[in-house]
Amino acid sequence: MQLSYYPGCTLKTDGKNFETSALAVLDRLGVSVSELEDWYCCGVCFSQTQDNLMQQVAPVRTLVKAKEKGNPQLLALCTMCFNTLKRSIEFIKNDSEKMDTIHQFMDLENTQFFGDEIDVVDILTLIRQIGLEKLKEAIVKTDAGLKIASYYGCMLLRPKEIAIDSPDDPVILEEILESAGCENVYFPFRTECCGSYQIVNKPNIVKDRAKKIVNSAVKNGADLIVMLCPLCYFNFDEIQLDIKKEDASFQTIPVLYITQLLALLMGLDPHIQDFNLHAIDPRPVLKRKGLL
Amino acid sequence: MKRVGVFVCHCGINIASTIDISKVVEDLKNYPGITFIQDYKYMCSEPGQALLKEKIKAEKIDAIVIAACSPTLHENTFRMAVKSVDMNPYNCEIANIREQCSWVHNNISEATEKAKRIIKSVVEKALLDEDLEPVRVPVTRKALVLGGGIAGIQSALSIANSGYEVILVERQSSIGGRMAQLSETFPTLDCSQCILTPKMVDAGQHKNIRLMTYSELDDISGFVGNFKVKIRQKAKYVDWEKCTGCGLCIEKCPKKVPSEFDQGLGKRKAIYTPFPQAVPNKPVIDCENCTYFKTGKCRLCEKVCPFDAINFDETDSFIEEEVGAIIVATGYDVYPVLNMSEYGGGKIPDVIDGLTFERILSASGPTGGEVRRPSDGKIPKEIVFIKCVGSRDPEHHYPYCSKICCMYTTKHAMLYKHRVHDGQPYIFYMDVRAGGKGYEEFYQRAQEEDKVVFLRGKVSKVYQDDDKVVVCGIDTLSGSNVEIRADMVVLAMAIRPSKGIEELAQLLKISIDQNGFLTEAHPKLRPVESLSAGIYLAGCAQAPKDIPDTVSQATATAAMISNLFSQEYLLHEPIITGVDEELCSGCGLCVAVCPYDARKTNREKGVVEVNEILCEACGACAAACPSGAAQQRNFTDTQLSNMVKAILAE
Repeated sequence: MQLSYYPGCTLKTDGKNFETSALAVLDRLGVSVSELEDWYCCGVCFSQTQDNLMQQVAPVRTLVKAKEKGNPQLLALCTMCFNTLKRSIEFIKNDSEKMDTIHQFMDLENTQFFGDEIDVVDILTLIRQIGLEKLKEAIVKTDAGLKIASYYGCMLLRPKEIAIDSPDDPVILEEILESAGCENVYFPFRTECCGSYQIVNKPNIVKDRAKKIVNSAVKNGADLIVMLCPLCYFNFDEIQLDIKKEDASFQTIPVLYITQLLALLMGLDPHIQDFNLHAIDPRPVLKRKGLL
Repeated sequence: MKRVGVFVCHCGINIASTIDISKVVEDLKNYPGITFIQDYKYMCSEPGQALLKEKIKAEKIDAIVIAACSPTLHENTFRMAVKSVDMNPYNCEIANIREQCSWVHNNISEATEKAKRIIKSVVEKALLDEDLEPVRVPVTRKALVLGGGIAGIQSALSIANSGYEVILVERQSSIGGRMAQLSETFPTLDCSQCILTPKMVDAGQHKNIRLMTYSELDDISGFVGNFKVKIRQKAKYVDWEKCTGCGLCIEKCPKKVPSEFDQGLGKRKAIYTPFPQAVPNKPVIDCENCTYFKTGKCRLCEKVCPFDAINFDETDSFIEEEVGAIIVATGYDVYPVLNMSEYGGGKIPDVIDGLTFERILSASGPTGGEVRRPSDGKIPKEIVFIKCVGSRDPEHHYPYCSKICCMYTTKHAMLYKHRVHDGQPYIFYMDVRAGGKGYEEFYQRAQEEDKVVFLRGKVSKVYQDDDKVVVCGIDTLSGSNVEIRADMVVLAMAIRPSKGIEELAQLLKISIDQNGFLTEAHPKLRPVESLSAGIYLAGCAQAPKDIPDTVSQATATAAMISNLFSQEYLLHEPIITGVDEELCSGCGLCVAVCPYDARKTNREKGVVEVNEILCEACGACAAACPSGAAQQRNFTDTQLSNMVKAILAE
């Protein structure tokens, strides 16, 4: 299995641990991933603007590059990139007039993109494609007994046209974790909004939400929160320290990307984890569970 | 040649504003087929009909064409009128220049041209119309009612009281249906079972009603007045002739399973009656759960039965009957809460549907009428009711309004408050639809006297937190988010036609709408008939409705059927497709295309024969016939081609 990979900005900076762990896990699962030589900002910031045509230019250009590279599948690890690229495809396919405008705008490109040539895939769907049995075989630490609060966020599930699973009652993340030998705790906030970009202007909104969501995970006995989105991660990790300052009774919980956890369960070298990037250090609980 | 008279109606300005009537009259005056032509403001009015009759006599007219509205409206009016002056009604034709011309065009000269062509073509048809007499059909004066809920019981009793026999077929072992499960009924709060059971007893004992419970319709053939039905009596494993309903077997049966009647909250035995007031009050063995059927051992019921009524060897049996009319009153199911995962349906034990709450409120229910929640039997101090769950949600569930939920949820909140005085009910709603006699007053009473809190807005999430069920929603009137830590949540789930409706509709050859409910013949003017003659609809099988509406509709079906049965014979339209035996080669093409089984090949004579009663004049055979032997009366090939020529002529 071979596919192209689009990292996006975050995975080369704050989300480096997501990238390194994901690539290591995929390598272990026998999937060969090669990064696009030429990629651009996915365009997610432009989705804030009114001009919806301009916002498509960056993702479409990336898709053009993916098409030129030849693999039919393009992996987007960052959920925001996934969402943006996937929605661009929908946009292109459903509005031929706007597709023409974009083609005219990009007349210097050697390739035109029509929508069906590239399948943008997220890491969960990819693992399901590889096979849960194969995942199970790759797990070496089978008796860790980890209790996980699995958090989806919104980018993989909304809008429903691009959702990878039921927007209201998704199961894919839990299925993968269960195959990896983890126990999923009851976690009613798993699809709740993290507060997203409100972190910029109104951080209190994010703080309130993070507190509520983290409290629920802790109360239901989770050892870790596992997630997929760099923005959710950003909104949940460091902010817990601020909450703790205001409320001494608040219990923090480490936040891990799904691929970090899978890498540990597969017994891959812990040095790829970049634990320095975590504000809430996951190492104590991981040691307690025998994963380090 | 026949003398054809044409009457052009103005229909006030409905026709006259778009069609130049005087031009139509002037231009058609000399059309070869037309003997006489005149216009009038309202042809359907008394003076209009008088004019028609007068001119038929004065001008010695043989056939008339009324250029007016659609034949579905007034064809019958004019046919009755011509009949009174001894013209055969099938010589009266309608040229539709309203729905098919004036209403759909705005260019006067073009519309006038089109109207002339429509009239000319119908004149061509009238010239060759023959006198026809309706076909007489005998009537079997016995009705079949499918479904023994309040709709079925009411219609069966009404028909039986008119002196006609009724077979009342019910799938469960007892009649009573959903209404028997309800606690108290809005807006008067009378006990549902108390008002229903006398009717159940009446139906059970009525000399004209044959009750067939634990039975289903298996097959049907025939037509209005003359249906042949085959009913499957499912194996009960109890001989009801011998059984006295003493209940000893039920008492001794060791096997307990969740009771469907109590929505799974209580238990019943493997040999059971669904509820104590069952009619007939005789048990059946549920062979899927019976220990003997599963393991080959037990037969305790057989040992204790003093009347030797248990029969493990019983099999399904079939009863064939002839009936003249059928009522479909198969009722509804509740859309399962499992479909509402964002509200915790199927995951949180204290999130239940409205029907389950009815059982909790019911004095005969699993909690004896005390409001106790399913998970731990605690008395809930705060209950949230959510309306329109699965209804009015075209994107994810069903687009229609389930109609009964506004009122029953209000009633639930009220009854809860009457039982738990220090409790607080909340209702999340999209709209409050309290249209009905005494309904609005009932809703106001819930707010003012019983302090039910109504919150206008949708719920986004329901989740379990310790032993609380947390409901997150929005109150759009104050614009604020609401979070209620409730003890229990009741979802007013959408109601669906009951299971098996598609198969039944197929069997009966009646249609269902896009939501699965049975389709009535006309939404306003024929609301209790199906499109198939002799099959009527009552209750929630046709659309969601409350008890008063159901009873009204059920009574109406009975009135329609009494009307049908009071006739000496039925009249069938004589416009059928016959066979010209000289031309017919017996190829059988028409037999294959006939959707009504009206045509059969007579092997001896080598021709096809037609059952005139079954023929519905669809014309499929006439189109299929390669030799022209199949000609539809008054729609012959010659008539049709003359009509087409008249329309296309320069």
